Amino acid sequence: MKKIILSLLFACVALIAGATEAPAADGHEESGELKVKETIFEHLGDGYGWEVPFNHHVRIPLPVIVWGTDGLHVFSSRRLEHGYVYRDGDVEFKIAGADSPYKGKVVEIKDGEEIKPFDISITKNVCAVFISVFVVIWLIMKVARWHQNQGMKAPRKLTGGVETLIMFIYDGVIRPTLKERAPRFAPYLLTVFFFILVMNLLGLIVIFPGGANLTGNIAVTLVLALLTFFITNLCGTKHYWKEIFNPEVPWWLKYPLPIMPVIELFGMFTKPAALTVRLFANMMGGHMIVIVLTLLIFIFAAMGPAVTGVTAVVSIIFSVFMLLIDVLVSFIQAYVFTMLSTIFISLSTDKGHAEHDAHASAAHEKA
Amino acid sequence: MELFTPDFGLVFWMFVSFAILFFILWKWGWPAIMKGVADRADLIDKGVEYAQNAKEQLDHAREEAEKQIAQARQQQAEMLREADRMKTQIIEEARSAAQSEAKKVMDAAKVSIEQERKAAQAQFRDEVSDFALQIAQKVVRRNLADASAQQELVGSLLDEMEKQN
Repeated sequence: MKKIILSLLFACVALIAGATEAPAADGHEESGELKVKETIFEHLGDGYGWEVPFNHHVRIPLPVIVWGTDGLHVFSSRRLEHGYVYRDGDVEFKIAGADSPYKGKVVEIKDGEEIKPFDISITKNVCAVFISVFVVIWLIMKVARWHQNQGMKAPRKLTGGVETLIMFIYDGVIRPTLKERAPRFAPYLLTVFFFILVMNLLGLIVIFPGGANLTGNIAVTLVLALLTFFITNLCGTKHYWKEIFNPEVPWWLKYPLPIMPVIELFGMFTKPAALTVRLFANMMGGHMIVIVLTLLIFIFAAMGPAVTGVTAVVSIIFSVFMLLIDVLVSFIQAYVFTMLSTIFISLSTDKGHAEHDAHASAAHEKA
Repeated sequence: MELFTPDFGLVFWMFVSFAILFFILWKWGWPAIMKGVADRADLIDKGVEYAQNAKEQLDHAREEAEKQIAQARQQQAEMLREADRMKTQIIEEARSAAQSEAKKVMDAAKVSIEQERKAAQAQFRDEVSDFALQIAQKVVRRNLADASAQQELVGSLLDEMEKQN
């Protein structure tokens, strides 16, 4: 048995060593040596087209929507491929080069100068957001339709799984924390959970419908954190604002120097910041590790087939391991984001001790 | 550092997408699911309660049935005993009836036998007296000319004979 495994391993090494030489040779020799940093950031970042597997030149074209100096321009990203300059009417557009401050973005060229237009292009990440939205709607409506049509039967397979997840979050996180306020905020929290989970998992799929490093993009996590921030503060009770501006602490902490209010006010903004950075850093880190592990193969390709082969095997084993961990992390981060949002909302919508106690004693008397 | 600067386009589309997603799910998704799950939980609760009741009833019914069977068995035994009793009674009655009937018949037979015997006796007496008279007539024809005196004599003789009997 051991012999078979060993021989299989050697066969793999030999195969990969042979195979990796070819792409390493024709893929990057024409553009000089392997640009590790560029490759990593290209995969982590956004783009105006969507890469297809096994081809470095063809990309799925996506619409570019920009508001330049003379109005709206909509055109295919194919027109900007390989550094082409696209002329639409009187203005010219191109993707800024590496030396530009707007590196990788569409810029308008006016009098030889690069001006960044108002850019709401459907980039790879935006497209992935749309796909995630469709997937989430499909998943949730599947369960909703089941409840409308099948009534009291127990759902199975995917529908059952999604329903279990919904109830896991609702009964495990939202209801115990928010209690009687749960039905009011559950739609937002459940939507956030499934949206993040689907975005995380789609990001782990390497080819087309996935592959966009969505939740590892600070814009995406920022929007989600801002939504929680707005809900937290717009639904905040009198008690919540009192706790910020006039907390129950010794007077010298509030006057003459308002130390505690400043800290509390600061805390208002660190909460969404923590949400943003936590999700962003976790997901981006996972992607980055997998990319670096894969790139290791190509970095070591210069040292001969044997080293490349060993590196390939080790890298692939570690990549698979990391991707499996990322599946777990995808779930955990969606869960953590939902849980923290629930707690923040719960804290801000709390009626306060006095009212709470009155309420409790009233309930007690009733009982 | 481009990783840490949020891109406005993406923020914009993310906001729009999330708004649409939230609206659709808020309107058609979550309420249906929450209601469905709550309804199903109610149904399951009801089902459990119903099953418990049914089980209780079943246990009760089994007890009842057992009780009834025992009762029926008792009744059966009683009826059998009753039947047995009636049988012996009937037999007894029939026997006594038969006995009385037989007695009646015997009595009647005795009476008729007695009567016949008496008639036979009377006839016999008559015949014997006749024979005796004839014999006596022949014997005493010569001694007793008077027939009535002879008759009286024979009658008194026969009375004596009867008394002896």
